[in-house]
Amino acid sequence: MEQKLIGLTGNDAIAYAVKQAKVDFISAYPITPQTFTVETLSRYVANGELDAKFVNVESEHSALSAVIGAALVGARTFTATSSQGLALMFEELPIASGLRLPIVMSMSTRTLSAPINIHNDHSDFLVSRDLGWVMLYAEDGQEAYDMTLMAYKIAEDKSVLLPAMVGIDGFIISHAIQGIRVLDDREVEGHLGIINPRLKVNVDEPLTFGPLCFTDTFFEFKRQQHEAMTNAYGVVMRTFADYEKLSGRKYSPVKNYMTEDADVIIAAMGSTVGTARETARRLRNEGIKAGVMGFTLFRPLPEREIFETVKNAKAVAVLEKFISYGAAAGPHYLDILSSIYGRGHVPLYDFVYGLGGREMTKEMIAHAAKVSLSNAREGVRVGVRFPGVRD
Amino acid sequence: MTEYKPITKLADLPEEDLFLSGHRLCAGCGPGITARLTMLASPEKPIVVNPTGCLEVASTIYPFTAWKVPWVHVSFENAAAVASGIAEALDKLDKEGRNKRAPVIALAGDGGTFDIGLQALSGALERGHRFLYICYDNEGYMNTGVQRSGATPMGASTTTSPAGKVIPGKQEWKKDLVGIVAAHHIPYAATATIAYQRDYVNKVRKALSYAGPTFIHVLAPCQLGWGYDPSQTIAISRLAAETRFFPLFEIENGTLKMTMKFPKPKPMEEYVKTQRRFVHLFKPENQHILKQIQQNVDENWERLLRIEAAGKIF
Amino acid sequence: MSSKTWKELEIGAVLRAATSLEFKTGDWRSERAVIDYSKCIDCLICWTFCPDSAIRRQGTKVSINYDYCKGCGICANECPVKAISMQKEEV
Repeated sequence: MEQKLIGLTGNDAIAYAVKQAKVDFISAYPITPQTFTVETLSRYVANGELDAKFVNVESEHSALSAVIGAALVGARTFTATSSQGLALMFEELPIASGLRLPIVMSMSTRTLSAPINIHNDHSDFLVSRDLGWVMLYAEDGQEAYDMTLMAYKIAEDKSVLLPAMVGIDGFIISHAIQGIRVLDDREVEGHLGIINPRLKVNVDEPLTFGPLCFTDTFFEFKRQQHEAMTNAYGVVMRTFADYEKLSGRKYSPVKNYMTEDADVIIAAMGSTVGTARETARRLRNEGIKAGVMGFTLFRPLPEREIFETVKNAKAVAVLEKFISYGAAAGPHYLDILSSIYGRGHVPLYDFVYGLGGREMTKEMIAHAAKVSLSNAREGVRVGVRFPGVRD
Repeated sequence: MTEYKPITKLADLPEEDLFLSGHRLCAGCGPGITARLTMLASPEKPIVVNPTGCLEVASTIYPFTAWKVPWVHVSFENAAAVASGIAEALDKLDKEGRNKRAPVIALAGDGGTFDIGLQALSGALERGHRFLYICYDNEGYMNTGVQRSGATPMGASTTTSPAGKVIPGKQEWKKDLVGIVAAHHIPYAATATIAYQRDYVNKVRKALSYAGPTFIHVLAPCQLGWGYDPSQTIAISRLAAETRFFPLFEIENGTLKMTMKFPKPKPMEEYVKTQRRFVHLFKPENQHILKQIQQNVDENWERLLRIEAAGKIF
Repeated sequence: MSSKTWKELEIGAVLRAATSLEFKTGDWRSERAVIDYSKCIDCLICWTFCPDSAIRRQGTKVSINYDYCKGCGICANECPVKAISMQKEEV
């Protein structure tokens, strides 16, 4: 079916998808750079374009709490946040997962204080990684739109029933206007259907949600969540395939560019992946066989795909827009390492960049790629490096 | 919401309990009585939101639940936010035939209301969601071991405001929560104690006859935390009212009305001497504190009478 | 306590109503409430005050459910005609 092309910012692309998903309940609190995702949604509701309850809560903690309440009675829900807002609602994230609620949240990613900074890095997204949420990261506005729609399909699958989050780079993507191809309203309706939970709070069935589980009963529920997250991988792959039929756009757990014969692979997430692709083309012109692996499905970790992508490379330059103090390396490095360990060996090199929105240039990426190759040739282990910091 | 049908005699209450036996609350637990009476009072089956606290913990130890109504626990400070989400979503889902509207009752301790839960409560009241918020007040963070809360009375000894050699118990006065709630100009707010069961039940029914939001602050003594024999829970609740220590009133459509006047109040000491949490106040060096407490009780009562005489002011 | 495997348990720890009735708290008590029916005036006050719903009510008639009575003594303390006494449990 004909897809309309609309100029939308990343935030608005997400809002547009939420509108088409015919969400029942939205509750959010403004924070830069997420703000106009919810402003747009409240405009849709005020104009009758989206028939949903929109609750302006008094904090992010209450935002996710109200969304949890609504999800418990069987509503399709949405919230959005960034940075300090995520940090404030943090308590409720594992609760949403433990209660097995298919909530969808978008994160226009921004760093964490202190110092306070409103610009993009992946701190808020990555710091949430162990809480039992399916996690997708969009490179641009088109992916943001597509992934938001897919998130509902994945989260609401009966074998998953976990909340899902979609991350986009704050300011860089959230505020930039792109031409977004959007599906037809009715197609989305047909694709997602009406949410139909098996168990929900309702006055005809006196069910208890959220009991206390002591040491003798708790562990099994965590095992269930693990199973759900494992199931999510298959559901994500199916959803990608179905969505390709609908939209013509192909998604895969990692987004690979010129990786098949690459000597050095640059691994990154978000808008940097685009910069990395341009860098790889330039490196190729210099005679260096470079390729790019972009993280798309972050959780559950697509370890097979990651291994298959990097197994023949001579080095991987891992770009992390996050700092994990005191660790030997950041989460992307560790994800790649855990995907290849026991299956093969590829030297990995970690580069922390872009914190607080510091620019990452093609030159810096190219340097990281080259230095990784020469480190690998020498067989040396090198710790985390910080391209872009004034030393 | 339901039409207000007060009970005139106890036999008017339904026979079927919706908060059942087998829970692990202490023998003689005030909040336990509150939960039972609340369920008996509600004319329709409610959806109960219970934040973390004694009632929630003791009544839903997996795989046992004492609730025969739909019941939800999310976390400690967000009962009002969760109730907001439920009330609003149910509104829409009911219209579409995907779920059914039902009274939403948040049943929260003073811990989850006065202090950590105050923000969510204020937000929910300001937005005007249709639910009833009942704060069962045992005047401390009892479930975690009797620590002081904003609801703990001045002078009381708790584990974080112990009566020691230098500091004789809690130094701060009890937070005027109903005053804060009244400032949100909601249709109905009331105070109650579990000793006056008919009064409490009728206040719950009256609150539920309004769309909302509505609020009840009910004193529910804790035998372990306050230090008295479990059999005295109701007697002490009664003394709290009879000494004017815990005044009973309603604020309906902006006008305050005392619901029980106690023209010949018992001296505050009769209440205070029944509980070990106040025993240090009877030492000679702490006599002045007892005087301050009596003065505070008297001034607070006079203040309430002045507000009552002023008519509609909230 | 629970012997079910993670596959058998309801996901998200959702519980169906009233399973607490399987947990008999009667063994907590060291004293039991005993009603002297020759004095009982069917006022129902004891029934309203039992924190454990351990007083069964049929119409205006009450009886103690010893499966759950924790022996708190509130009913005995509040009975207006002193029809309830607290009696020591035999060891």
